[in-house]
Amino acid sequence: MSAESTPEAFRAELRAWLEENCPQEMRDGKMTEEGICWGGKNWTFTSDAQKVWLERCAAKGYTVPTWPTEYGGAGLNRAQEKIFYQEMSRINARRPVQSFGIWMLGPALLHFGSYEQKLHYLPPIARGEVRWCQGYSEPGAGSDLASVQTRGEDKGDHWLVNGQKIWTSYADKADWIFALVRTDREAPKHKGISFLLIDMEDPGVETRPIKMISGISPFCETFFTDVKVPKDQIVGEENRGWDVAKYLLTHEREMISAGGAGLSGGGRALGAVIKDTMEDLTDATLRADAMRCEIDSLAIGLTLERYKDQAEAGQGAGDASAMLKYMGTELNKRRHELMMTAGGSDALEWDGPLGNRAGDWLRTKANSIEGGTSEVMLSIVSRRVLGLPG
Amino acid sequence: MEKLVLTEEETMLADMARGYLDGAAPVAKLRKMRDAGETHDAALWKEMADMGWAGVLVPEAQGGSDMGHAAANLLAGEMGKTLTVSPFISTAVIAATALRQVADTRAEAALARIAAGEATYALAVDEGIKFDPEAAQMTARADGNGFRLDGKKQFVVDGAMADRLLVLARSDNGLTLFDIPADRAGVTRDRSNMIDARDAARITFDNVEATGEDVLGQVDQAMTVLKPALMAGQGALAAEMTGLAAGAFDMTVGYIKERKQFGIEIARFQALQHRAAHLWCEIEVTASAILNAGRMLDADPENAALAVSLAKARATQTATLAVQEGVQMHGGIGMTDAYDMGFYMKRARVGAEWLGDYSYHAEQVAAARGF
Repeated sequence: MSAESTPEAFRAELRAWLEENCPQEMRDGKMTEEGICWGGKNWTFTSDAQKVWLERCAAKGYTVPTWPTEYGGAGLNRAQEKIFYQEMSRINARRPVQSFGIWMLGPALLHFGSYEQKLHYLPPIARGEVRWCQGYSEPGAGSDLASVQTRGEDKGDHWLVNGQKIWTSYADKADWIFALVRTDREAPKHKGISFLLIDMEDPGVETRPIKMISGISPFCETFFTDVKVPKDQIVGEENRGWDVAKYLLTHEREMISAGGAGLSGGGRALGAVIKDTMEDLTDATLRADAMRCEIDSLAIGLTLERYKDQAEAGQGAGDASAMLKYMGTELNKRRHELMMTAGGSDALEWDGPLGNRAGDWLRTKANSIEGGTSEVMLSIVSRRVLGLPG
Repeated sequence: MEKLVLTEEETMLADMARGYLDGAAPVAKLRKMRDAGETHDAALWKEMADMGWAGVLVPEAQGGSDMGHAAANLLAGEMGKTLTVSPFISTAVIAATALRQVADTRAEAALARIAAGEATYALAVDEGIKFDPEAAQMTARADGNGFRLDGKKQFVVDGAMADRLLVLARSDNGLTLFDIPADRAGVTRDRSNMIDARDAARITFDNVEATGEDVLGQVDQAMTVLKPALMAGQGALAAEMTGLAAGAFDMTVGYIKERKQFGIEIARFQALQHRAAHLWCEIEVTASAILNAGRMLDADPENAALAVSLAKARATQTATLAVQEGVQMHGGIGMTDAYDMGFYMKRARVGAEWLGDYSYHAEQVAAARGF
């Protein structure tokens, strides 16, 4: 499929390919947590269909449709990407694989990585063979990310890394971690940080899960004790890791925001979701709240579209991505509150009639904390977009 | 469909409009007109017509600039920023769109007069306190080859100054839309004393004669002509209200940067910073809905209803928030008549009701989204 084919031709070709290649079991709008394929060295597929679907997509570059073909992508342009996701959601196709490698590290490597790094790290991410986690936060750092204390000492051919990370999502299942490490303790706090790639199997790396209010443990604490990290595992320049981190955070904010706008999960309307449990939306208060939520969802979804169109036209969102993160995550919390109300007592059981709706609801409470709190987002908008004094 | 980014031409149009309106129609102009009891400035409207604004939706064959709905929305948005007084939405957007649905020489002549700035229009649909065109009770009784119109309309925006009226009335088997001169015998117009100091009227129709010529479109088929016109008007009004929100917001941010209390600028207080930032986020999100509505009206009008109602609902909420925060953050001065913020608040309230309030449009969105 060439980048030059017309949108209509591309759609037709894609539709035929999906029809032939997407297994029926992978066309499931109401997918559960267990249905997600994260990939990685130790990944066990829940079904043959899951495995086949990943392999077929990877062969076409459809796990990372916009990445260049050289690095395992399909090289789609923005218009084709839109069509790709429309056609995927039209048949309720599951994402073949998802990971922090695809969402965060990939875009950062494409922007800041050397050619060798791109060739080495990106294709395995695209094939779902290596699972990454993010080592940003530390105890005591929170949204003040630049105050990280994990340190890397220069030992000539490697850095010797010591310290602790927290909220490292799925670190216990990850193969590699991308981490912010302080490599110059004398420099101002933003200037002494480097962005390092670390193999989780290296001696001295230990990780343990943190049990959350949702009853599950997606988050971990990760400890580094005299871990040797070779010099070629730095992304970008030494002590300039903050640039990479900031770029990556922008992607993270947009991603979290997209989840908030209800655009993931096939973009199902809230009315339809609520109808799963209620005959009709007759409760006046619930109906009014749901309508407002739907209006905001649609408008935020359009804003994401607009920002992507702007980016393509060379007008990057920059600090305005803080707006997307703030609006999207606050909305997602409202959306899940409504789904709990609509579910009534059925929603109150762990693995009850509505599956893990309560777990999903509790999970959303972190949306406005992770990746920078809502308050930090508002401060970014007020200082950097509106120019209000600090 | 065009992307959700302004094209170069659109950016130029908006910049040009901004430059013109800042000089010709600042908020001070509205204040002056209010103080003088005036609701229309014929010279201003003529200038807008000369720039192609009155004909923004009129085909070039009839002397229009035919720039489309996205462009009309841009102009409406710029007018909202300085609360410009003009019959732009009633005439250039609603009436022009209605007339365009009808391909006959009479409609074409009417479009040409709109583009030239020679005819202004008002849309008379409301009869109760809420927008509900389908419920119109005004009668159009068949009489010989024509009709007799009887009934009352209220909240007819631009209805006191307009040369012509688009009137919705109940005929034998449905609703019919009439295009009649405002001074026809039996039409009595009482100018409403509107809080936003703009033109509106209560209009009584007492045995008003209308011929078959006066029917716009087909008898009993008003909605075929009216629905696209209403959507165009709702889209432009949403754009105007979002411009209004942006105007109020700019004024507010400018003020908190200047104003000092407890020895420092109040813009340093985090409580105010976060409220200003939140308001900016709301305006930014609503701007996307406005742009999308314009694009849909241009590219796929048959399916634009959801986009338009989404825009009007969001714009109503956003403008309401912007003026409320505007007054609160200004403190006492925001409550005075001498200060302009009150004008924004009053215009936002009128815009919220016109052509369907928040609830009306939220229900349209809900229906389209399977609630």
